[in-house]
Amino acid sequence: MRFWIATLVGMACWAAPPPKDAKYVPPRTADGQPDIQGVWNNATITPLERPAELAGKAVFTPAEAAAYEKRFADQNNRDRRGTDATSDLAGAYNQAWFDRGSKVVPTLRTSLIIDPADGKIPYSEEGRKRMAAAAEYARVHQMDGPEDLALADRCILWGTAGPPMLPGPYNSNYQIFQAPGYVAIAIEMIHDVRIIPLDGRPHLPGSIRQWLGDSRGHWEGNTLVVDTTNFTDKSHFRGATANMHLTERFTRTDANTLTYEFTVEDPATFAKPWTASIPMAKSAGPIYEYACHEGNYAVPGILGGARAQEAAAKAGK
Amino acid sequence: MRETFRNSILAAAAFLSLFSLAALPAAAQATASRGPRTADGKPNLNGIWQVLTEANWDLQGHAAAAGPMIPLGAIGAMPPGQGVVEGEQIPYKPEALATKKANFANRLKLDPEVKCYLPGVPRATYMPFPFQIVQTPKFILISYEYANAARTIYMEDPGPAPVDSWMGQSVGHWEGDTLVVDVTGFNDQSWFDRAGDFHTDALHVVERYTLHGADTLMYEATIEDKNVFTRPWKISMPVYRRLEKNVQLMEFKCVEFVEELMYGQYRKKPAKQ
Repeated sequence: MRFWIATLVGMACWAAPPPKDAKYVPPRTADGQPDIQGVWNNATITPLERPAELAGKAVFTPAEAAAYEKRFADQNNRDRRGTDATSDLAGAYNQAWFDRGSKVVPTLRTSLIIDPADGKIPYSEEGRKRMAAAAEYARVHQMDGPEDLALADRCILWGTAGPPMLPGPYNSNYQIFQAPGYVAIAIEMIHDVRIIPLDGRPHLPGSIRQWLGDSRGHWEGNTLVVDTTNFTDKSHFRGATANMHLTERFTRTDANTLTYEFTVEDPATFAKPWTASIPMAKSAGPIYEYACHEGNYAVPGILGGARAQEAAAKAGK
Repeated sequence: MRETFRNSILAAAAFLSLFSLAALPAAAQATASRGPRTADGKPNLNGIWQVLTEANWDLQGHAAAAGPMIPLGAIGAMPPGQGVVEGEQIPYKPEALATKKANFANRLKLDPEVKCYLPGVPRATYMPFPFQIVQTPKFILISYEYANAARTIYMEDPGPAPVDSWMGQSVGHWEGDTLVVDVTGFNDQSWFDRAGDFHTDALHVVERYTLHGADTLMYEATIEDKNVFTRPWKISMPVYRRLEKNVQLMEFKCVEFVEELMYGQYRKKPAKQ
């Protein structure tokens, strides 16, 4: 309860999405839902958590934002050629290879997290310990088998799909469709689709777990509120357990902005719920087919390379 | 008193409706066969649908047969099917027929379904998994449970497909009460079934979706590929609405299930403790 009060106070003070036009009234679909359809893009260079050097600064001035954007571009466009063929091949990407956007969020906030006030994920002691243990395991077993690789490298789950849906290095595109009783979100990265029933049905039984969880939605005024549970113990968003409870809020705050806000709760990992806000910008589209698994040369390359290195080390080379 | 009054109104309504029902059987029947409608008056295809055929095993008619995996026993055997191809035979060019036979002989290695690859069109429709249609006036989304495959049908033609893909580019229009979908822009990677039926990137598919009553969708696909077939050919089958209470698409993210098959050879040995 205290957490909720803290969240509410936080939201009232500095979390409310500032609509460009407070009077904006979204159009309606034929069945009377606020219309949030279209292709949307959530790319931004604003990080989820506030960087250490910006501690205490919640919002940029316009000049600071411009300087931050320039620094970001310069950093990523500097000469990144490697010293040998391997590092050159692996790391010499400049901005041209990515589509992370070049702008901070229009609110000029310095982190996507709006609550707690320090812009940081409020890990609990237990959560930190579990993440440290997982990191230690990963350090030793990083390339033992496919299940030790990142979910995105395995083409199982991208951060753009989440949920929650965070901007990725490229293709942070979504298309929303609405039909009576449903909102569907087609996610460009690896053709995941979230179909969200609005009819108040119960969640799947707790024995059924899914990578994208199990989502149920309802409208509160012009805001779509989506409640997601039933996660797996393999997706661990930011270290969360399978019992993570996610609440997402989608509000069309002007014709070209869909404000996406989400709150994550998982008492086994976080000391209190935390909330982030990401503006999604209207895009002309279309979204493309990203057939990730079908072209996955990364997994056999990474694992095969690791085995070759081990064999070479054993042979004393 | 109020109760009695309401009852008498109900009785009057029931009496009147007897007459109107008797007077309108033909009209009522017509409405039923036209099926449900969307707000803009189009046939309402929204819902969760699934076929009940053995087409994914072999589009052509076939007797039951043993499967390719001995340990699977009866589970892996091929169920019999009467076929969904108009005229029974797929009109292969002779050299293409030889490729199809070689595909079948090597199906454990070559069938994209074994590797959890995207199913292509029309195979996505008759995979033994449900799919959901989310219909809007400008776009129709079809989300398939198998391999979280998805496609968007554009009701306004966006022009030629910008790039070849597994699921192709779908452009739809209404011909009366039939949704006609023209699908182009395919790559040459997907198959039509587990029998090795295949195509090249010249594939062109025209699908027709027609509601037959509220809970049945008649599906037709005309398949054309000048590199493989001597003429266009057609398949057809009914698709049924899934009527279970609270039915929903679930996840069949099968990538995880094929990692050992595809990457097991690169696993660190001995196996982890």
